Amino acid sequence: MADPAAFHRAERIASLPLIEVGRHGGFLTGTGQAIRDIWHRRELLGLLVRRELKARYKNSSLGLVWSLMRPLSQLLIYYFAVGQIIGLARAIPDFAIFVFVGLTAWMLFSEIVSNATVSIIHNQGLVKKVYLPREIFPLASVGSALFNFAVQFLILVAAMVALQRVPLTGEILYAVAAFIMLVTFATALGVLLAGVTVYARDLEHLVEVVLAVLFWASPVVYSFGFVRDVIGGTVLEQIYLANPITIAVMGFQRGLWIAGSDPANGIVWPPDMAWRMLAVFLFSLVLLWVSQRLFSRIQGNFAQEL
Amino acid sequence: MTTPTIIDVSGVSKRFVLHQHKSLKERMVAFATARKYQEEFWALRDVDLQIPTGSTVGLVGHNGSGKSTLLKVIGGIIQPTTGRVQRRGRLAALLELGAGFHPDLTGRENVYLNASILGLTKAETDRYFDEIVAFSGIESFIDTQVKFYSSGMYVRLAFAVSVHVDPDLLLVDEVLAVGDEPFQRKCLAKIAEFQREGRTIVFVSHSSDQVAQLCDRVVVLDRGRMVHDGSPADGIRVLRETFEAAHAASPRVEHADGTLTTGARIDDVRVTSTSTDLSGDFTPGGDIEVVIDYTVGDVPAGWIAGIDLETPVGQGVYRVNTEGLGMELPTTPGEYSLAIRLGGSALGAGSYQLHASLVTPEGRDLDRRQPAASFSVSTERGGVGVVHFSTSAELSTS
Repeated sequence: MADPAAFHRAERIASLPLIEVGRHGGFLTGTGQAIRDIWHRRELLGLLVRRELKARYKNSSLGLVWSLMRPLSQLLIYYFAVGQIIGLARAIPDFAIFVFVGLTAWMLFSEIVSNATVSIIHNQGLVKKVYLPREIFPLASVGSALFNFAVQFLILVAAMVALQRVPLTGEILYAVAAFIMLVTFATALGVLLAGVTVYARDLEHLVEVVLAVLFWASPVVYSFGFVRDVIGGTVLEQIYLANPITIAVMGFQRGLWIAGSDPANGIVWPPDMAWRMLAVFLFSLVLLWVSQRLFSRIQGNFAQEL
Repeated sequence: MTTPTIIDVSGVSKRFVLHQHKSLKERMVAFATARKYQEEFWALRDVDLQIPTGSTVGLVGHNGSGKSTLLKVIGGIIQPTTGRVQRRGRLAALLELGAGFHPDLTGRENVYLNASILGLTKAETDRYFDEIVAFSGIESFIDTQVKFYSSGMYVRLAFAVSVHVDPDLLLVDEVLAVGDEPFQRKCLAKIAEFQREGRTIVFVSHSSDQVAQLCDRVVVLDRGRMVHDGSPADGIRVLRETFEAAHAASPRVEHADGTLTTGARIDDVRVTSTSTDLSGDFTPGGDIEVVIDYTVGDVPAGWIAGIDLETPVGQGVYRVNTEGLGMELPTTPGEYSLAIRLGGSALGAGSYQLHASLVTPEGRDLDRRQPAASFSVSTERGGVGVVHFSTSAELSTS
């Protein structure tokens, strides 16, 4: 050890504790370690989110504008086809805002879930060659979905200002709570699906199908009142309301669609919405924890399964 | 001061299960036939390894011996089935150059992303950025998307990032074999610098020359088990032996009285020199004579006998065979002695190993002795190397 730099390095290393490589700890105690690991790599998480966003539109001349085109085109489709032609706009006041609020919430959910599901597979180059806390990949999908959500939300705000329908009432808290709840729930599903899809690739396609079904199982383009008219008071209604996405979408609508709070319009909301949202939120937290533990269990074999 | 341990691998085994069926139909069929298509094998078996700080360890073995798996287990990319790995200090794993490079992003964006993947903060990357770009030598393309890079540029940029992350422990998997020659020299120079700075390097290699040149310790793996852990010279010898075991010699029928009905057999190999010193070491200038005694049973026409002279770490020095000497060997059964005379030895000081082989014209082994004999050469003074010159020097004022 002639070199002083070598000597100092050895001295410094001698002072560090030996740390066991990889994930360990029991089913109950590993969460803290996982959270610490991810927290240490938060800068990387930010870069991965940016990579995902940048790479998506890098070669298109319109770039980010495309992330607006999809929701706007959907808004137009539902506004004209469902609102004007089928005639729902006559039963639902401020139909454009109603649909856009629902679509924004729905797209946040579906983008998180569908992108997170394939996140490990799409990043297999990294998963196989570098050790990172692998939860970072589904979380990066959540990050990029949140960015797109923010862009859409700005348009929504602009539209509400233009139409003079800015929701500055206490009801807006519903939207805030619904947002937190929806992100938690979608992240929990995303982490779970990201891990399991590595072993069962069919899930990638199954998720797409299920998402298409779930879109119509939530009151995005129709209002809850129609559901109540058909299955009100039955077990089916309770099943319908047990869907976390339904509750979240209605939370957004109740907070941001002021025509819904106007007693003159006679819009019905399910009873005990605040309690339902709390219940779903708590359920999502538990699900998130279980997903993470499961993910942690199976991530040790990702490198060889991919 | 004793050198601290930086990696502690204890009792590590890794089992892989090979699924041969992926589709549902195949899985159901396999399930019905009691899962007999699910094969498992042990990529690593009870590996114990302590690596002290500042050492350079080569992991060698032939394909499928588990060396890359061991490297991945140390890197935390694969979790061992049993056993545990402990580690400390900052790690950089060069398992694949440019893992995580995104083709649509520019070189600059990829440098930041890759550095972050390897554990550098943004501020640290800012500090090293110019150095990284200078090392890679692609300044003018740094703002071009990397998908337009040539493979050489890609690799250079990736290597530049990896060596600038200030690792205490560097894991390298065969990546030194890429790039053009000047770049390879640059890599090796960087590795030498790392060694001086007391960084620990663990690398997987197929090249015994590279292992001999860089490592101070060699670990040989054979079918998941550690068969050697020690000096590079011994390690390379053990590696050769495992190669040989895999390299099946053609069948040979021997009788109890030593006669052969098929094949050929080396009975004895002797090396002598006409010029030796008092201790028996060979000295330069003499003729070295290699005598191979062999027995012939039944051999194809045109078969070849040869010798291979190497340094203990496996660097080739000289090889010659009867084909090169324009000599036809008889195929009639019997016992023979082949004497090969290496006139006017110019070998430098050191020890040498001699391998002898009898092969068919197609290159299949009839018999091989590796090593068959060894000897040492002493020189009185002068330079160092595998060759000897009668060197002199003169000084004059000008």
